[in-house]
Amino acid sequence: MTTVVAAPTSGQPNPPETARKVRSAAAGADRVFQLTLRGAGLTVLVIMTTIGLFLFYRGSQALGDAGIWKFITTQAWQPSSHNFGIATVITGTLLIAAVAVTFAVPLATGVALYISEYAPRKLRQALINLVDLMAAVPSVVYGLWGFYFLQEKIIPLAKWISTTFGWFPFLGISGVDPNDPLADKTVYESSTFIAGIVVALMIMPIISSVMRESFSQSPVGEREGAFALGATRWGMIRSVVLPFGRGGMIGGTMLGLGRAMGETIAVYMLISPVFQIQPHILRSGANSVSALIALKFGAASPFELSALFAAGLALFMLTLVVNFGASAVIARTRSGALSDA
Amino acid sequence: MTTTTPLYTGGRHAAGRPALDAPAAAQAPQAPPAVEVRRSTATRGRADIIIIIGAAVAALSLAALLTARMIPTSSLVVFVVIAYLAFLVLYGLLVSLEDDGRTVLDRLASVVVHSLAGFAMLALVFIVVFTFFRGSQALGHFNFFTSDMQQAGPLDPLTVGGILHAAAGTLIEITIALLIVVPLGLTCAVFLNETRGAFARVVRTVAEAMTALPSIVAGLFILASVVLALGLARSGLAAALAIGVMMLPIVIRASDVVLRLVPGSLKEASYAMGAPQWRTVWHVILPTARSGLTTSVLLATARGIGETSPVLITAGFGSGLNFNPLSGPMVSLPLITFVFSGSPANTMIARGFGAAAVLLALVLVLFALARVFGGRQAGELTARVQRRRAQESLRDLERFNSRNRAPVQMGSPDG
Repeated sequence: MTTVVAAPTSGQPNPPETARKVRSAAAGADRVFQLTLRGAGLTVLVIMTTIGLFLFYRGSQALGDAGIWKFITTQAWQPSSHNFGIATVITGTLLIAAVAVTFAVPLATGVALYISEYAPRKLRQALINLVDLMAAVPSVVYGLWGFYFLQEKIIPLAKWISTTFGWFPFLGISGVDPNDPLADKTVYESSTFIAGIVVALMIMPIISSVMRESFSQSPVGEREGAFALGATRWGMIRSVVLPFGRGGMIGGTMLGLGRAMGETIAVYMLISPVFQIQPHILRSGANSVSALIALKFGAASPFELSALFAAGLALFMLTLVVNFGASAVIARTRSGALSDA
Repeated sequence: MTTTTPLYTGGRHAAGRPALDAPAAAQAPQAPPAVEVRRSTATRGRADIIIIIGAAVAALSLAALLTARMIPTSSLVVFVVIAYLAFLVLYGLLVSLEDDGRTVLDRLASVVVHSLAGFAMLALVFIVVFTFFRGSQALGHFNFFTSDMQQAGPLDPLTVGGILHAAAGTLIEITIALLIVVPLGLTCAVFLNETRGAFARVVRTVAEAMTALPSIVAGLFILASVVLALGLARSGLAAALAIGVMMLPIVIRASDVVLRLVPGSLKEASYAMGAPQWRTVWHVILPTARSGLTTSVLLATARGIGETSPVLITAGFGSGLNFNPLSGPMVSLPLITFVFSGSPANTMIARGFGAAAVLLALVLVLFALARVFGGRQAGELTARVQRRRAQESLRDLERFNSRNRAPVQMGSPDG
């Protein structure tokens, strides 16, 4: 059509139309701008990847001295006599994290369900703010509170649990007569249990906010369907909200696990360090990788420092694996596909 | 009249319709319409409240009996645990007298969820109150804010020495960290949003994984790279860098999420007007997301300001005021809290709690600021900004009008 209209005015045959070239390459100021953006991205990437490289480079001396397998399986920490390993601290880290997650997950589920399902609409934003604030309270403040307040309140509970449920592995304490009223209370002090409870309060907010995010995204239609079929509120939660938010629950728990393993100062303030695997969580004496680093770096010789770097590398890799797992789990589920976490 | 005929409320037209109104008026005395009582749709009635109170009283009594007579303990914690468990059992029992199993489960779940949430909130409030309560001893002395610890030994009373050096150190370190983190983090977040492709995906994945970087590992990294490899002494700058490494992924992630919420139509409008990419980012995307970006930076600051372990490894420890981040130890509030509270002297512990209270107050202020400045959706403006925009727009209109008039006025003398 256009050729017919155009022909009389031009008076000569049109050149054949070709597809116009779309230039997407930026020019001038935009070129500079995009390079700046790329540079920032590259800088961040370099910083983040060199963390692992530097830890490995500094720790390789100690790792080479001990050998990987011996480093992982040795319990003692005497780098000066070349007898050191992370068996105690890794086990301790995992035990503290396990106690923390055991307490934090029910608490976080309760808070998340309350905010997304039970709380009055007006209260909701205030509660979300409170939980966020809880995440921003410095860990040294949690440590102070745990050491100067919680510890003495928890000891009777620890004693009660160990006497009542002592038959359960991990919970028993050998060598203490529970019926002896004069028994030393220090047996129950500075234990994995107390450190785990304080860390549980610290990781609760992150778990809770990931859970709440995925709970509140559960489809309204399915909720109403459940109510229409005569479900009680709990019935609706169990059949719609919890299955929908399962990815958020697992992912949030793993994120919390990662945080719990990396926690330093509160754990360091609460435990009394031991260098022997301590499976009795109620008994005094515990350890973790980060507490070990905070404890030993001050007076460390270059070789001891190298051993500490190796321990830090182990912690770094452990948390990375847990976190990548968490984000993979969150991204794969139905609720996670929509959320930011 | 109209009140008795709810079907037809024609008060204004009543005069024109005597025939319709008259029978209604006549019927009214014979059969007064039943006053409709609003049906209660509340899920909880009086009986439920009585059941809850009854179960609570019974549980408390049972727990008191058990802890006083049967279980050899005098601990409040054990008492509360027993009372709580007894309450759950008794409450379930009472509900099951009237309702079926599903209702019992529903009620119990409701109680558990409410109590867990209440417990968590109580714990938070208690931690804050406890810190301020124990800190008040030191906070009452004015010299606590105006002097450092050079003159004060561990056994000196609270009237000597203070935390000025730690407060100054905290401010210097967080300022340096912010100077690095804010430009780099925001640029990286813009990069993640403006660029597609494998490289951006890799950067995003790595940054997200690093949000959970253990803070002590951030400290170790700076110790390995800046202190041991580059030869910088343990100092304020090293501590600031360690805090920065820890804050960077937090800022990137939060800003990335905020920038993603900027409406695509705004960007497209800007491109359609012929604006280049950098102008679109600078004049459209960043201002639209300003509120959220402010929040993300403030929250990351609150996290960074309270970090102890990276500072512990990289800053060194001293007792004097030091304004130079390049040399000499520079302590910060969390570090001084940590060191003081480990001391056996009571006055030092009191000072530790005082420092913790100041730190907590700083975090609370940052948090409140984040909520005041932020918390709005992308592109949602405050009333003040909206007024300013309207005025700017009016000025533009006048400018355009005067431009349009100008050639006419200039041309008129000639013509």
